[in-house]
Amino acid sequence: MKYLIIGASHAGIACVEGIRSQDAEGQITLLSKEGHRPYGRPLISYYLEGKTDLEHISYRPESFFADHGAELRLNTEVLSIDAAQKTVRTAAGEEIPYDKLLVATGSVPFVPPMEGLESVEKKAGFLNLDDALRLESLINEKSRVLIIGAGLIGTKCAEGIAERVASVSIVEMMPRVLPAVLDEDCAAIVQAKMEENNCRFYLGDSVERFTGNSAKLKSGETVEFDVLVLAVGVRPNTALLQAAGAEIARGVKVDSHMQTSLPGVYAAGDLTLSHDVSDGGSEKVLAVLPNAYTQGYTAGQNMAGLASNFENAFPMNAGGFFGLHLITAGSYQGECLILPNEGGVKKLFIKDDRLVGYLLLGDVRRAGIYTSLIRDQTPLSTIDFGLIAQKPQLMAFSKAERAKMLAGGNKA
Amino acid sequence: MKRIYVDEKWCLGCRLCEYNCAFANATSGRDDMAKALKDREINPRIRIEEGGGISFAVSCRHCDDPFCQKACISGALKFENGQVTIDQEKCVGCYSCIMACPFGAVMPSDGTAVQKCDLCMQNHQGIPACVEGCPNRAIIFEDREAFA
Ligand SMILES: Cc1cc2nc3c(=O)[nH]c(=O)nc-3n(C[C@H](O)[C@H](O)[C@H](O)COP(=O)(O)OP(=O)(O)OC[C@H]3O[C@@H](n4cnc5c(N)ncnc54)[C@H](O)[C@@H]3O)c2cc1C
Repeated sequence: MKYLIIGASHAGIACVEGIRSQDAEGQITLLSKEGHRPYGRPLISYYLEGKTDLEHISYRPESFFADHGAELRLNTEVLSIDAAQKTVRTAAGEEIPYDKLLVATGSVPFVPPMEGLESVEKKAGFLNLDDALRLESLINEKSRVLIIGAGLIGTKCAEGIAERVASVSIVEMMPRVLPAVLDEDCAAIVQAKMEENNCRFYLGDSVERFTGNSAKLKSGETVEFDVLVLAVGVRPNTALLQAAGAEIARGVKVDSHMQTSLPGVYAAGDLTLSHDVSDGGSEKVLAVLPNAYTQGYTAGQNMAGLASNFENAFPMNAGGFFGLHLITAGSYQGECLILPNEGGVKKLFIKDDRLVGYLLLGDVRRAGIYTSLIRDQTPLSTIDFGLIAQKPQLMAFSKAERAKMLAGGNKA
Repeated sequence: MKRIYVDEKWCLGCRLCEYNCAFANATSGRDDMAKALKDREINPRIRIEEGGGISFAVSCRHCDDPFCQKACISGALKFENGQVTIDQEKCVGCYSCIMACPFGAVMPSDGTAVQKCDLCMQNHQGIPACVEGCPNRAIIFEDREAFA
């Protein structure tokens, strides 16, 4: 069996681990456009912040590929897939055959047209390690940095460089920071924390025109800067599969085995569409790492012949800004309970006797107990909800349920 | 696979497991528990939950399908030979594992990284200190799957 994986990042590596959980023999090849061994993509801001380095940023140990009998080919971009012939073609013109293919090409940056962008000399994106290294080479302690976009990528970039530059300004079209993850109250808390740490926000605003080192905003304000970071947004990188004839909507359509509409061709990670269990199964792009890993692992198992399913995806985010921790999961729908939380706030969202979402800012300890209520769609009437709402705890579950968790089930 | 099992009907809530855990993982004062832990707020990797006359200890279950490891953004969490371990040098403290663990068994350490039970395989102890010190055998380290 020849397994071929396009994209050697989180979903690609997870696929190798999924394949090897079933098949010790088959030949595995990974093709990566990047020149670096797989690294923790979200770690690029931690790298700039000095919390990791070019050695520790590796996602797996150096021996991983040898240990897993997998070949990693860096600097190898795939230009096309021929699903009928079961081959892919690389930029170097090489044709590589496969029996089972995983496409794990992630996201591509989406930059809306901005007038005068070409007049900006020092600019960088913030999606990969090369972007981070480039940004690092552009900044110094005198730099005034302008970041476009206050989503996860823009805000993490800001945190990463805040101590290394003179100032960070962030322009965001939406009226709050982290608009996809936070509601108004929580966003205001995070914003204040960032403002204490050398960040300045221009919210509900956008750039009308760049002229060299100056950005004129729609609101009329002008921001002078030395270095520009474009962190506006990402889109599923569906180009290869689209051209190969796979079914695509806003992202690549996959079944619960991660197979695309093309037989033998699987997709996992940021380029796919998931069904969000926290909001009744609506189809969406869930571009977060735990989802990419689980999809990749599931794809690998199925490619190697085990019929496993991944059917309980939902959004989830963990992170922190200047020591303020934040964990969110699920959908912010139904009844919202606002509860006191050390150093921040807690919001639980309840709908049809289920926890469907939560926001935790400040004390995030044991948040995974809430996450599991969303994942398992646990009926809240079967647990002591009053107790668990105060603090995530196993005490809120029935004795029998606890015995399963802690005492190995039947033997308890 | 040997695992830690907790039978709540035998738990006295004495918290010796918490102290033994903190001592086993203490970075200084290894031969004297009082010296190592006195006047410190301990931050053990096993925690007692208590209330309504019930108590039990919670620590990492070393799941066969560990959500924490899948969610880890840095690769610091590893799943090997039935054990989930953390490389604190690699961990950046994003707390994705805390978001993912259904048992609430991964927790902040006193530094940036998270901490979790490693069955005392990485400290000097060699066998789980919580198990060894439990006066009522409420915490047990054994292979139950063989009987399941
Ligand atoms: C700055 C930043 C911070 C983030 N923080 C978090 C976080 O805290 N938590 C979280 O859950 N998620 C976070 N994310 C998102 C997370 O990184 C992604 O969800 C995850 O990387 C998706 O993994 P993937 O394998 O699907 O795709 P990617 O990691 O995007 O990898 C795709 C790979 O495919 C390669 N590729 C693309 N096209 C081709 C081709 N034609 N031929 C060969 N190779 C190709 C690319 O070069 C890339 O290496 C963050 C992302 C960024 C950029």
